[in-house]
Amino acid sequence: MAMLTIKDLNVYYGVIHAIKGVSFEVNEGEIIALLGANGAGKTTILHTITGLVPAKSGSIEFEGRELTKIPAHKIVSLGMAHVPEGRRIFSELTVFENLGMGAYTRKDKKEIADSLEMVYTRFPRLKERKNQIAGTLSGGEQQMLAMGRALMSHPKIMLMDEPSMGLSPIFVEEIFDIIREISKGGTTVLLVEQNAKKTLQIADRAYVLETGNIVLSGDAKELMNDPKVKAAYLGE
Amino acid sequence: METFILQLINGIRTGSIYALIALGYTMVYGIAKMINFAHGDIIMVGAYALYMLWAVVKLPLPLAMLLTVVICSVLGVTIERVAYKPLRNAPSLAVLITAIGMSFLLQAVSLLLFGATPIKSENIVQLKGFHIGSIMIPGLPMLTLAVTIVCMIVLTLFINKTKAGRAMRAVSEDKQAAALMGINVNRTISLTFAIGSALAAIAGILYLSQYKSLTPTMGALPGIKAFVAAVFGGIGSIPGAMLGGILLGIIEVMAKAYINSALADAIVFGVLVIVLLVKPSGLLGKNRIEKV
Repeated sequence: MAMLTIKDLNVYYGVIHAIKGVSFEVNEGEIIALLGANGAGKTTILHTITGLVPAKSGSIEFEGRELTKIPAHKIVSLGMAHVPEGRRIFSELTVFENLGMGAYTRKDKKEIADSLEMVYTRFPRLKERKNQIAGTLSGGEQQMLAMGRALMSHPKIMLMDEPSMGLSPIFVEEIFDIIREISKGGTTVLLVEQNAKKTLQIADRAYVLETGNIVLSGDAKELMNDPKVKAAYLGE
Repeated sequence: METFILQLINGIRTGSIYALIALGYTMVYGIAKMINFAHGDIIMVGAYALYMLWAVVKLPLPLAMLLTVVICSVLGVTIERVAYKPLRNAPSLAVLITAIGMSFLLQAVSLLLFGATPIKSENIVQLKGFHIGSIMIPGLPMLTLAVTIVCMIVLTLFINKTKAGRAMRAVSEDKQAAALMGINVNRTISLTFAIGSALAAIAGILYLSQYKSLTPTMGALPGIKAFVAAVFGGIGSIPGAMLGGILLGIIEVMAKAYINSALADAIVFGVLVIVLLVKPSGLLGKNRIEKV
């Protein structure tokens, strides 16, 4: 059975029908990509899953639990972390305090310390800068902090929204390596990206969205060779 | 010289009440990003509550004070739930107008209940003054200053060192991201209003102790002055509210004593205009670029 099942999801912003009956599945251990142009509805889907935007109809089932009626602040303790678009770190808090916010709902001090050690090992740069105000980090470091913060909740699944956006090519490489490592570490990944080429290289399966509908889906390697995907998203 | 020191003490007395009120303003602004214009009227409610509980119901003073703080906190949280929460995503102008309306509502209800005639209160706190050389330092202003400083320190420690305080700072920066961390945003904002209103209750108690008179509009002017103090010190900054409040009190009293008592308020606001021209974020405010 799938870990996360989205069935016939409809989302409206006022009168605008943003998500039009979208269904897809994420299995445990997979990297699933949601691709599509600006405004296709990728971010809205992630926001609806974690309760930031209400669903009009349809269901979001995570490990057998219906999420659409659960408020946003109760989602993270179910094992789902969301790395939002634009990183959204707390720029006036220190790096260390930001990571602490990621573990906000956890109680066990020992486990939190272990997670912190794991995050510092994965992102040595964050350890070097742990007492720095987060707003003074570079874009790439802020993305690492946003990911580290999400990892601090010890998630079963991580939703990542445009993690490579606005980063230099070196950092883009690094971020995709990190996503692969997070996945190898046993965390399921639902990835929204504009960088279709890199995303399809690391993803298991992908769904392509256009104006609120899924128009294509399948194995990532097959989609890479799909003429429509090549023309629209890979610039070939 | 003696007059000057006496005036300075008067200034600190007025100023520490402004500072205490300004702490509440700045805290609610810092976290909920709104100017709660009803904040000044919570002081009025606090003063009436203390008077009723202590002078009318004859409860022991410490219990009456404690209940006053509880009543004001509950009122603050209720106001937020009923009037401001439905406007969480509304334009800030709508929230501002609602806050002004809430201020009038509190004044009107108090007018209905207690009438417009000022009620005289007996001495609540009696404190002996002490002498330094030939100068008599009165007790109550020093107590007021001490209470304000303690409130500032406790508040600063709370916001920086506790989990709930960190949640407040997270909510203040980004409500959605805070929710993704598992923070209950509504509860955090309620807590902010509870603490802000508790501070207003303490200010009401001290105000009544000093001026010994109650009217339904008694909170309005100190409320506005404290708002100015908070902006003066840098709104959102806790030490800024403290500094702004004390300075405002001193400037006001000095202007009354040495320049012209009719011009005192004009001078106070003139100083504010100059400070904001030179440093728009206020004395201790951070130069923050609002991100879109």
